[in-house]
Amino acid sequence: MTTDLLQTANQLRAGMGEDYHDKLMEAIYTDASQIADRSVAREEGKVRWTFDRTLDRALTHPVWGFTVMGLMFFGVFWITITGANIPSQMLADFLLGSVYNALHSVAAALSAPAWLSGLLIDGIYLATAWVISVMLPPMAIFFPLFTLLEDLGYLPRVVFNLDRLFAKAGAHGKQSLSMMMGFGCNAAGVVATRIIDSPRERLIAIITNNFSICNGRWPTLILMGTIFVATLVPPALASFVAALSVVTVAAMGIVVTLLVSAFLSKTWLKGETSVYSLELPPYRPPQIWRTIYTSMIDRTMIVLWRAVVMAAPAGAVIWLTSNIFIGDMSIAGHMVNLLNPFGLLLGLNGIILVAYIVAIPANEIIIPTILMLTLTLGSNIAGAQSGVMLELGDQQVYQVLTQVGGWTMLTAINLMLFSLLHNPCSTTIMTIYKETKNLKWTVVATLLPLALAFLVTFSTASIARLLGWA
Amino acid sequence: MLTDACQTCPIYNESALKKLGVNTENFDFVVALAGNPNTGKSTVFNALTGLRQHTGNWPGKTVARAEGGFEYNDHNFKVVDLPGTYSLLSTSTDEEIARDFILFGQPDVTIVVVDATRLERNLNLALQILEITDRVVVALNLIDEAARHGIKVDERHLARELGVPVVPMVARRMVGVPQLLQAVEEVILGTYPTRPHRIKQQDTRLEQVIGQLVNAIETQFPSLPNARWVALRLLDGDASIEEAVRNHTLGDLARSNVIAPVGDVIPLQAVAS
Repeated sequence: MTTDLLQTANQLRAGMGEDYHDKLMEAIYTDASQIADRSVAREEGKVRWTFDRTLDRALTHPVWGFTVMGLMFFGVFWITITGANIPSQMLADFLLGSVYNALHSVAAALSAPAWLSGLLIDGIYLATAWVISVMLPPMAIFFPLFTLLEDLGYLPRVVFNLDRLFAKAGAHGKQSLSMMMGFGCNAAGVVATRIIDSPRERLIAIITNNFSICNGRWPTLILMGTIFVATLVPPALASFVAALSVVTVAAMGIVVTLLVSAFLSKTWLKGETSVYSLELPPYRPPQIWRTIYTSMIDRTMIVLWRAVVMAAPAGAVIWLTSNIFIGDMSIAGHMVNLLNPFGLLLGLNGIILVAYIVAIPANEIIIPTILMLTLTLGSNIAGAQSGVMLELGDQQVYQVLTQVGGWTMLTAINLMLFSLLHNPCSTTIMTIYKETKNLKWTVVATLLPLALAFLVTFSTASIARLLGWA
Repeated sequence: MLTDACQTCPIYNESALKKLGVNTENFDFVVALAGNPNTGKSTVFNALTGLRQHTGNWPGKTVARAEGGFEYNDHNFKVVDLPGTYSLLSTSTDEEIARDFILFGQPDVTIVVVDATRLERNLNLALQILEITDRVVVALNLIDEAARHGIKVDERHLARELGVPVVPMVARRMVGVPQLLQAVEEVILGTYPTRPHRIKQQDTRLEQVIGQLVNAIETQFPSLPNARWVALRLLDGDASIEEAVRNHTLGDLARSNVIAPVGDVIPLQAVAS
């Protein structure tokens, strides 16, 4: 009986011709325009939107649009890097110094067994404290700034600028919106691809969202930019160059997004590019205090909480693997030794690869894990115990990585590249599966970036070695 | 402090609003919030529920439903913030979520937030919603911005044309919230009889075809409130409506008021004030 109804509909539709859908739309538009005409009175003489229009012409200009875009993002990172410096140091002194020592005194007073205080204080507490002191200051500056740009109405202009590029890459222009969401969190970016109605273009957007640097990865880039890349220039220029290196990596992410989109749309995901309309909303004065409040609550705290939740068990795992011995070496030692040759081939090292395995649930804990493992497995400096992360400022981190870890500029730059390109975190992978309901595309979205990360880091390492730079 | 003569009127009942944040248990009525992106939909949501969902002014910000609650005149309301969309006719997931909730979720009232500065484009969506449901209140938001640009919307005329209440608002500053609540209550209780605008098809042959299909639908689902809209969708070959016919969702809809689960609900990560 129900199929009868569908048959009737099909028969009726067949007799109606192609333009039915257009006629429907036309009828809606006609009515809307008539009603609006009759209900709206315009005051003559008032010039409408002059300011908005002038600003839009500048911000979406083929040349100036991109110039302003670059400057804006550079400004945001520069303020983040210079502003986070001092609070980061203070937090590190407090959490990794005073509190850490106090906890050990308490443990000693209670005569707690060494394995217990080691696991709890040197493992779980230190990993958590490290994540907070590395992440909180830059995030607390970066998010409100980014949210202010968003509230001003600037992001839709960025989308407008990028639209042409995405169309050329055979992808949907709205992909630039989900890409923007990805700069906060890739899982959110993947969910945001719901606005794209063509399944082909949506898949492209999902697979490439990984190349938007997410919250978890910004701190790694900022740290590498600050302590390595900035050493190439005199101190006066250091923070500029650090910010510039971070912006460069983010911009490379956009380039990679476009290249991979173009590759996919010419190979496995061929098809037409959809047309859509994008609204440039009016600029609105942001409610500054409200923005700061919501971005602190909505973003900074949620991101930080996620990092802490991930860091605590990771801290325990790192401590245990560094303190449980098989033969004459700890488990972590065995793993690092196993992966070291491959890591060195990529211009990285075994510790970095182990850290990336430990950090599959959350990229936030990469730097703490690398430092902890470097200190444990490297020569014994500064009285470090196994699996203990020390109170470290940027300068000491640099010393530990170069002297104990044997890092070079190549290691730092390749870590930045690897951080940009490598596989999405487990939350994002699960989101991709939920959104696509397809195992094959989930695997592609996971392994394609990883393969790309191996390829690119291997290439830069080989070139650097050929030219004698590393 | 009185900023508005209405505040002395007995109907004005701001104190009857109690914001319940994320607490949406034991609700009496469901209110859906729909609208184009960038019209202040989330601001209205926050004004009603006291939540602080971040408001972004670009599509894709809210792609799932967010829920919150409030109490007004001793009734508990659940508010469902739908994704901001320009239409309900495409097949993108955000539009489907919005459309399916208005159709299958059968909210007691749907608030359509429209931007007074861009009325014509916003009405495209409002008219499509009026095809699906007759329990609609139009929140005419951003009237302050419109006034700055020399635009004045005659809300009474608009209400007559649309056949549903139109409430002028500045949601950012809570202006119009009491009037919105009252209109919502009146539509739910039926004290404001709505006569929703229905879209006229110019093509007489098309009208005829639609009429035929409406008859067929009404024979099969006699109490379906929006047979005409279903007919339009079936003629357009809308796969999800065809599916609803096939798996009897549409039949159930005609018989009962049970709320069908639609899509994922992403828990709102916000803090109640």
